[in-house]
Amino acid sequence: MKWMAKEPVISKMRKKYVRQLIAEGKRIDGRGKLDYREIKVEKGVIDTAEGSAMVCLGKTEVVAGVKVGLNVPYPDTPNEGILTVNAELVPLASPTFEPGPPDERAIELARVVDRGIRSSRAVDLEKLCIVPGKKAYILFVDIYVLNYDGNLVDASALAALGALLDTKLFGYQITGEGNVVLDRTIQKPLEVQDYPVAITVANVGGELIVDPCLDEELSMDAKITISVDKEGNVCAIQKSGAGSFTVDQVLEAIDIARKKAPELRSLVVG
Amino acid sequence: MPHEKPRLIDEEGRRVDGREPRDLRPIHIEVDVLANADGSAYVEQGNTKVLAAVYGPREIHPRHLGLPDRAVLRCRYHMAPFSVEHRKSPAPSRREIELSKVIREALEPALFLEQYPRTAIDVFIEVLQADGGTRCASITAASLALADAGIPMRDLVAACAAGKVDGVIVLDLNDTEDKYGEADVPLAMMPGLGRITLLQMDGVLTPEELVACVKLAMEGCRKIYAVQKEALRERFIRIKREVEAEEE
Repeated sequence: MKWMAKEPVISKMRKKYVRQLIAEGKRIDGRGKLDYREIKVEKGVIDTAEGSAMVCLGKTEVVAGVKVGLNVPYPDTPNEGILTVNAELVPLASPTFEPGPPDERAIELARVVDRGIRSSRAVDLEKLCIVPGKKAYILFVDIYVLNYDGNLVDASALAALGALLDTKLFGYQITGEGNVVLDRTIQKPLEVQDYPVAITVANVGGELIVDPCLDEELSMDAKITISVDKEGNVCAIQKSGAGSFTVDQVLEAIDIARKKAPELRSLVVG
Repeated sequence: MPHEKPRLIDEEGRRVDGREPRDLRPIHIEVDVLANADGSAYVEQGNTKVLAAVYGPREIHPRHLGLPDRAVLRCRYHMAPFSVEHRKSPAPSRREIELSKVIREALEPALFLEQYPRTAIDVFIEVLQADGGTRCASITAASLALADAGIPMRDLVAACAAGKVDGVIVLDLNDTEDKYGEADVPLAMMPGLGRITLLQMDGVLTPEELVACVKLAMEGCRKIYAVQKEALRERFIRIKREVEAEEE
C-alpha cells in the first residue's frame, strides 16, 4: 500500500529563519503578511483544449485545461451534466513529484478546487444535460502543475476558473436513430454564473500570512484554504497540514479571505 | 434512481430523525475492543458505526520511510463494501484517500511524535455502517485508540459536524441531511487546549452562518469529549477489576 506522498525537506536553520522573520512581521521575499506574490493569468494558452488558462503565482506555475465530451449522466443526477476536476503533480515540477497515479496531495488539491466550483454552482450542471438520463456534456478540468513553489490550491483554483471562463462548448446533433453526436463546427462560450476563488492562509507560529511560498509551507504549523463566491459567501474550506488553529485564528482567516477574494477574482474575470 | 429532496425540518422545527437542531445523535463509545491491536475503539453515533485500531509505535516498513527525528503517523480511512446502500468497491476511492490525509492531520497535533524516532504509528479506521459524519466518528474513535495504545498525547481529539439544512443551523448531520442540506462543516478539536485540528466545509454559507456552524460544532465536540473521557475511564476500571479478580 502506498501510504503518503514524499514531502520536500527544509533545513532546521532555514525553517527557524523563516519563522523568525514572520514573527517580526516580515517574509523571506520581502512581502507583507497579507500580500500575494505577483500573479499572472493568461487564458487560451492551449489550442487543443476547449478552454485553458495558465497561472503564475510567483514561481508556482499551473496550467488548467478543459476538455468537453458526451457521457451518460450519473444515475442519481439524471438531469445534470458532469464536471470532474483532476490534478496532476507532474514530475518535472518538483524533485518530490513522482510519476504514477495521483498521490494524496494531488487528490486533495483536485477535490478542494472541485468543491469550490461545485458548491458555488459556477457551472449550472442542469444546462449541460442534453437528454435527461441519456446524454449530457461532460467537462474534464485537468490541472497541471508545472513548477512547485507552494500554494498550489490558490493557483489551481484560479487556473481552473480561468479555463472554464475560456471554454467553448461544442454544439450537438441528434441523428435519425436518436443518437446524440457532438458537432464540432459549432462553438459557443460556456456559461459561468459564479466566480469562486480560493485564498490560503497559513499559521506560522501564531501569525497568519496569505499565499505561503514553498519554504513558508515547509515552516508553517498548518494552513487553511477558504473559497469565496462572488457574493462574498464561503463555498469551501479545507484545513491542511499537521498543526492546528485557534477559533480566533479561523475567524480571522475567514475575514482575510473575504477581503482578498475580489483582488484575485479581478485577475481572471472580465 | 434519483430521490426527491425530503423535508428536512418539520413544522415544529424537528429534524428528519426527530432531533432538535442542536441535538447530537445518541452516541456510544467503547475502548479496547480488539485483542490484537495495541489500541482500539468503537464509536456508534446514531446509525454510523466506526472501528479504529492503532498499531505502534513499531518498526517501519519499508525502512526508508522512517524519519530520524520522529515517528511517522500513517492513517487509513476505509469504508466496508457493505457500509452503504449500494456496495462500495473495497479499492480506496479518491474520497477515502483525501479523508485519510485530513484525519491524519487532525490527529497529528495531539501526538508527541518526536518521542519515537524511526518508528511508525499506524491508525486503521474501518467504517462498518455509514449514515453521515463518518470522518468525525473516525477521528473520535482513532484518538481514543491512540490513547488506548498508551501513546502520549497532548489531548484527546473530538470531532463533530455542524451544517445548514432547510435554512436551519444544525448539529451532527446524518446522511440525509448531508446529502440534501445546504452545507456541512466537519470540525475536530482538542477541547482541553481549544485548538482546531480539522475544519472542512462543503456547500455555501454566509460568514455569519459559518461562524455559527463553527461555534455549534465546537459545542458538539465538547459533549463528545466528555463521552470519550468516560469511555476511557471505564476501560481502566475494567482492567482494575480484572487485576483484582486475579489477585483473589
